[in-house]
Amino acid sequence: MRRLVGVAAWFSAILFFAPVAWMVLTSLHSEPDAATNPPSLGAPLTLQGYEEFFGASTGQSPWPPLINSFSASISSTIVVLLLAIPAAYALSIKKVEKWTDVMFFFLSTKMLPVVAGLLPIYLVAQFTGMLDNISFLVILYTSMNLPIAVWLMRSFLAEVPPEILEAASIDGAGLITTLRRVVAPIAMPGIAATALICFIFSWNELLFARVLTGVVAGTAPVFLTGFVTSQGLFLAKVCAAATVVSLPVLIAGFAAQDKLVQGLSLGAVK
Amino acid sequence: MTSFSSRRAAAMAAAALVAVGVTACSGAGGGGSTADGSSINVLMVNNPQMQDIQKLTADNFTKQTGIKVNYTVLPENDVRDKISQDFSSQAGQYDVATISNYETPIYAKNNWLAPLDDFIAKDSGFDQNDILEPMRQSLTAADGKVYAEPFYGESSFLMYRKDVFAAKNLTMPDKPTWQQVADLAAQLDGAEPGMKGICLRGQPGWGQVMAPLTTVVNTFGGTWFTKDWQAQVNAPEFKEATKFYVDLVRAHGEAGAPQAGFAECLNNMTQGKVAMWYDATSAAGLLEANDSPVKGKLAFAQAPVNKTESSQWLYTWAFGVQKASKNQDAAWKFISWASGKDYEKLVGTTLGWSKTPDGKRSSTYQNPDYLAAGTSFAKQAEAAIKGAKPTDPGVQPRPASGIQFVGIPEFTDLGTQVSQQISSAIAGATSVDDALNSGQALAEKVAEKYRGK
Amino acid sequence: MSLDTAPPPAKQQRRGTPPAPKGLGAAARWARRAPLLPALIFTIIVTQLPFVATLIISVLRWNSLDPDNRGFAGFDNYAAVFTDPNLRSSIVTTVLLTVVVVVVCLVLGLGLALLLDQKFRGRGLVRTMLIAPFLVVPVAAALLWKHALYNPEYGLFNGALTWIWSLFGADRPPQPEWISDMPLVAVEASLVWQWTPFMMLILLAGLQSRPMDVVEAARIDGATPWQIFRHLTFPHLRQYLELGGLLGSIYIVQNFDAVFTITSGGLGTANLPYTIYQTFYQAHDYGQASAAGVVVVIGSLIIANFALRVVSSLLKDEVK
Repeated sequence: MRRLVGVAAWFSAILFFAPVAWMVLTSLHSEPDAATNPPSLGAPLTLQGYEEFFGASTGQSPWPPLINSFSASISSTIVVLLLAIPAAYALSIKKVEKWTDVMFFFLSTKMLPVVAGLLPIYLVAQFTGMLDNISFLVILYTSMNLPIAVWLMRSFLAEVPPEILEAASIDGAGLITTLRRVVAPIAMPGIAATALICFIFSWNELLFARVLTGVVAGTAPVFLTGFVTSQGLFLAKVCAAATVVSLPVLIAGFAAQDKLVQGLSLGAVK
Repeated sequence: MTSFSSRRAAAMAAAALVAVGVTACSGAGGGGSTADGSSINVLMVNNPQMQDIQKLTADNFTKQTGIKVNYTVLPENDVRDKISQDFSSQAGQYDVATISNYETPIYAKNNWLAPLDDFIAKDSGFDQNDILEPMRQSLTAADGKVYAEPFYGESSFLMYRKDVFAAKNLTMPDKPTWQQVADLAAQLDGAEPGMKGICLRGQPGWGQVMAPLTTVVNTFGGTWFTKDWQAQVNAPEFKEATKFYVDLVRAHGEAGAPQAGFAECLNNMTQGKVAMWYDATSAAGLLEANDSPVKGKLAFAQAPVNKTESSQWLYTWAFGVQKASKNQDAAWKFISWASGKDYEKLVGTTLGWSKTPDGKRSSTYQNPDYLAAGTSFAKQAEAAIKGAKPTDPGVQPRPASGIQFVGIPEFTDLGTQVSQQISSAIAGATSVDDALNSGQALAEKVAEKYRGK
Repeated sequence: MSLDTAPPPAKQQRRGTPPAPKGLGAAARWARRAPLLPALIFTIIVTQLPFVATLIISVLRWNSLDPDNRGFAGFDNYAAVFTDPNLRSSIVTTVLLTVVVVVVCLVLGLGLALLLDQKFRGRGLVRTMLIAPFLVVPVAAALLWKHALYNPEYGLFNGALTWIWSLFGADRPPQPEWISDMPLVAVEASLVWQWTPFMMLILLAGLQSRPMDVVEAARIDGATPWQIFRHLTFPHLRQYLELGGLLGSIYIVQNFDAVFTITSGGLGTANLPYTIYQTFYQAHDYGQASAAGVVVVIGSLIIANFALRVVSSLLKDEVK
């Protein structure tokens, strides 16, 4: 029985992982080799695709978009945590009345299609001169991730034993101190999980980045789409670009697998 | 009514926000182009010629003029969306953008572009009259002013494998008709293992399948709209042309036709999977490139006709300047360099003559080096572009200019929606009649709007 | 034997202090609200203000390609929206897409979670490989599926068919045009690939939080694996399934990258975000697109109401 389970599991894993493996393999082939039918698995490996990504034939460096993605994702994650942790505190440890309504409100904002708000947001950006400005993206990503972060942090904070909190308040600790010295250490794994998820969703975001950025603030996913051309072969280039652009998320996700599991589930339902 | 601690908390949150914002700002703040003309922002479509200019800018243009060029490159659909968004709101994010002869008159009418006549007059080396007549005409707006300069241009013609023709004892007539081409395609099926007679685009998109199909419609006597704005999408001529195209592609066309755009047909032709290909003249340079397996095996004929003298399309990617741009002088310097004669020579000598952005100037076709590299197709391409008739492409008068498109803003949406139906017809999922009937309904809505004006 | 595996009573003690009773003074109530305010105010400003603006634009006649023809349009845009067959079909497409993807992901995720719950060699590596699809940037995944996998000329699927056929000596392999033949399924497949790990992780955590002593007891008593699953595991997992379904639906309803990249909204795969995007950016009809946006928001709120009842059951045991 265990054999069967193992075989089934490995089979599924290979099936799911195959496209990713194919993406990496194709990125290491030359363009003509990448576009053959049947697929040439044994074709000579080359770094041509990556050289193209790093600007061999156009002189465009990918570092500005990558740095923009990093700064937007990290900044928005920090802001989200700064907003979500106190809010979650007010929804779990020292609850406000009608806290379920507040939870509903946060979650309902997530259900509204963001595309509908695209035009007003663009106009605001234009009016305030914030087009092509990474800070504007940070604000949008924060609002995009805040509901989920509040939701997750609330569940994590609800795990904090009330006895410790009572002890802290008896000792005279104010809100900030309590958050910093008492809550944060216990909820640290939960905070890490929430941060990871917010980082991933911010990094992946494409629509707003495409519409609101230009030469300076373009993010990595937008840069990636620039490799698809309607004239000539581009498969190796695009696979190389896709690999590099996905790398930070892949690394973060693999390294913090357990946090990811926690964040997606244990923290949310008990 | 807020208590002290909540105000404190809000203030701290705001401070945190600002702090993070500032650190984020320091890396990438708003706006790349400065108003002093020392740098400009250019938004381009992602074609090989544009990639070449990206590479050559720093060492040539920037060195000569000191103007830094910030490029953003995107695939065609994405870039059109972004250009129209930026130019329509006059947000001024980009100084220069690659617009085609489709957008230029529309944008000019809406006052989104800066007229270039003054710049041209003061620029002695530019030689506006060297630009081929149909190109010049298509980039001049109704008010007679020039609003864009072509970067490279193309028409359409028929490309075929002369070696395969010879092997099958077939000859291509001088001025082929579509019926002749269909008959040839039938005979060429299977001429080599796995080879089909012809490659024709089938991918949805007003600039993909709709481009060649509209030229076929034109030469079969059909049109999208009559002069007084009656929609003619399911008129007999349009139907006949579409049925012909769809049947030809289904019977003797490439595999995967409903998804085949320019790139797929290029691939097919390069790999010897089709014997003929009706498409853009710019493909010839790619097919005759040094590393192409079919180099030297191709011959070229004018676009097939039926009831008209000519049927080829006219298209150019041109540089236009946004009216709201604060760097118009620097923008013109860039355009003057990119569309100038010297740039063509620069590309020819450093990257190869088959990569020159051609199709716009007469002088290109008199350049011995260029002709030597493109002997097989240069003259045919030049004839195609010179012979294109953007204002009078069919048998009847038109309400708007354009050969393979209708020069109205609604056409991108209309053309794309109808093209999706046509693609379905090519896939066999719907009939040509149904496709055109639904197309007619959409076209009628647009026509109503224009009749009311 | 008792099948009531309700959470142990100790759980309720870990739920923080109860909400402030009504009789408490105003200052104390505001003190409780204070930490919530920054997040709340931020959310209201950034999400509700654009909606109000969309509402205003929806009653204007505003097509950016037609700058002379601007004005008040009353309910014309809404009339156009309700009679627009494209919008109706895109609503159907959105519902279809979301339901299929979420259900398939849940089923596959459940299967994978059950497998991963067992011990076998290389379990950690298998889990890592299974998470990978979720970690690929969505637009990169969509490009990968469209060009590297589905492409009838040089994609992996047709290439694999060619190779398999050649093993049997045949040289005319079927080369289906995946995207043309089954466009919506093509989009759904790529989304299922990306989101199954997400569901799998949620359900795996659910499985691993089962009280194992009850399961052991049942096994000792001679219950078959199926009985254990049906009577013990599944009820416990119900909350996790609902959570996965809810979160998955929220994200997949909004999905834009996959539809835009794989089919450009053609061949009947245009979902709501794509249709609204198209009305903005290709038809440039801001008034109509805004009206469509408003209608969609109202529709989502109605649906959200139902969805949030699911949420309330998740929060149920905390509300006193």
